[in-house]
Amino acid sequence: MTDSKALYQEVILDHNRKPRNYGQLANASHRAEGHNPLCGDRISVGLDLDGERIGGIVFQGESCAICKASASMMTTNVKGKSRADAETLIREFRDMATGKLDPQSETHHLGRLTVFAGICDLPTRVKCAILPWHTLHAALNSVASTSTEAEDDPMHAPIGGA
Amino acid sequence: MSNVAPARTPGKFDVERIRADFPILGLRIDGKPLVYLDNAASSQMPQPVIDRLVRYQTSQHSNINRAVHYLSETATFEYAEARCKLARFINASEEREVIFTSGTTDAINLVMHGYGRKFIGAGDEIILTTLEHHSNIVPWQMLCEEKGAKIRVVPVNDAGELLVDEYEKLFNERTRFVGVMHVSNALGTVNPIRHMTAFAHARGVPVLIDGAQAAPHMQIDVQDLDCDFYAFSGHKVCGPTGIGVLYGKAALLEKMQPFKGGGDMILSVTFEKTVYNTIPHKFEAGTPPIAAAIGLGAAVDYLSALGMDNIAAHELELLDYATAQVNRMPGVRIIGTAEKKAAVLSFAVDGVHPHDVGTLLNQEGVAVRTGHHCAQPVMQRFNVPATSRASFAFYNTLAEVDALISGIRAVQKVFS
Repeated sequence: MTDSKALYQEVILDHNRKPRNYGQLANASHRAEGHNPLCGDRISVGLDLDGERIGGIVFQGESCAICKASASMMTTNVKGKSRADAETLIREFRDMATGKLDPQSETHHLGRLTVFAGICDLPTRVKCAILPWHTLHAALNSVASTSTEAEDDPMHAPIGGA
Repeated sequence: MSNVAPARTPGKFDVERIRADFPILGLRIDGKPLVYLDNAASSQMPQPVIDRLVRYQTSQHSNINRAVHYLSETATFEYAEARCKLARFINASEEREVIFTSGTTDAINLVMHGYGRKFIGAGDEIILTTLEHHSNIVPWQMLCEEKGAKIRVVPVNDAGELLVDEYEKLFNERTRFVGVMHVSNALGTVNPIRHMTAFAHARGVPVLIDGAQAAPHMQIDVQDLDCDFYAFSGHKVCGPTGIGVLYGKAALLEKMQPFKGGGDMILSVTFEKTVYNTIPHKFEAGTPPIAAAIGLGAAVDYLSALGMDNIAAHELELLDYATAQVNRMPGVRIIGTAEKKAAVLSFAVDGVHPHDVGTLLNQEGVAVRTGHHCAQPVMQRFNVPATSRASFAFYNTLAEVDALISGIRAVQKVFS
């Protein structure tokens, strides 16, 4: 089992305390609400798509530290990126969180987001980390709301992983 | 039965000796001794119950109520014995008032289908409380949707106590049923169910008690309570999962329609007409969880030998100690401060989400539940998304409460 204290690293605690890009986006072109019914975490993501480029992104919500830090770091990582690059990050983050991508040995674009690598050893918390990404994916694809329990959602990550 | 007698020093509740009966309590989590404080979700099983399951499975198992051979007769006898033990455990006047179900949820669904669908109709009203577990809300909502009946909800005060005056005001000529939990799983509140039952009975309204969180902690006497139905789960009273009990007054059970159809619940079947079996069999279609029922019988023997009053006294000592300790901690708030509580302590740590509390406590070997506890209306009432919940059993110790308290301090330190 991973030392869960290692997960609660300073970078995650800092983003939890001072979340970046937190709030409402008045002129959001795309929005989605994400919900994890198992723990009650709720998060909303609003973004301003400037053609294929993510011009602005904000999030808001009530959630645990893992979810909030994941959302905060997500916004700083995808801001200014193309939609295709954001989708790549979404996929890589999900794969890392569910243990399908080993950031040590495989190539990826996750950068500092690898602080969440340890989450794959805490199956009950995987969804906390993934929820913001799940919600970003829904927003990019103009799906108004999503849930970690939506089986037909391509981001659905069963507890325990594959 | 002699093989289920627990370790016990006469006249003294010897927790260390009791703990020796529970192999799982010896586990270490990440190198730390397990401190199991999630008993409201599921309790652990003592060796005598494990042994009973093994004995049944290795020397007594067959299907029941069928063949004339030795094993079938033995299994049938032991299953019937288990029913007797459960009837004694809750002081039912007759064994046939005890129906084995798969658990509390199944028991409540049985009452909804068997009683509700027959006797509750359009415009009728069902009284439930804000404290109810989803399992005592959703079946009734399904019934209301089907029949056009309506749910009225008893509110609670800021301590998490039901407002009994408001309960009484909810009654009118359309009131047909009351469903109320004995002890709140989310807050620990012990509800005044005897009074609530008497009040409903004075108006001719039957009452179902969800006893899932009460049966593990106190002596249940269904005749004294005078409730019409009482439901609880095996796995919360040191028994196996997949088994539970619905107590129902015989006269009501006889009036009810069956819930599930199949084998064992019939006297005779032709394609023209089926005659249903007598109670309790009318409500036990198909092969029941025989081993689990026998295991549950052994579990209530174990608890009875310890003495439910001794169990209650020890658990209240743990609760009082934990409450006093938490009240002294800055930045920690107890949710649910009813005057009468069972061994449940729900709390919020300022600035820390319950899921983070749970993950970090687990790092200290401390197992608590975090989440909405299948009681979302309670969370909404107290304006929290979720809580952390420590729930105690008779095998917990004051030292384990200390481990919880120092675990919460460690959580606060990480988030400071």
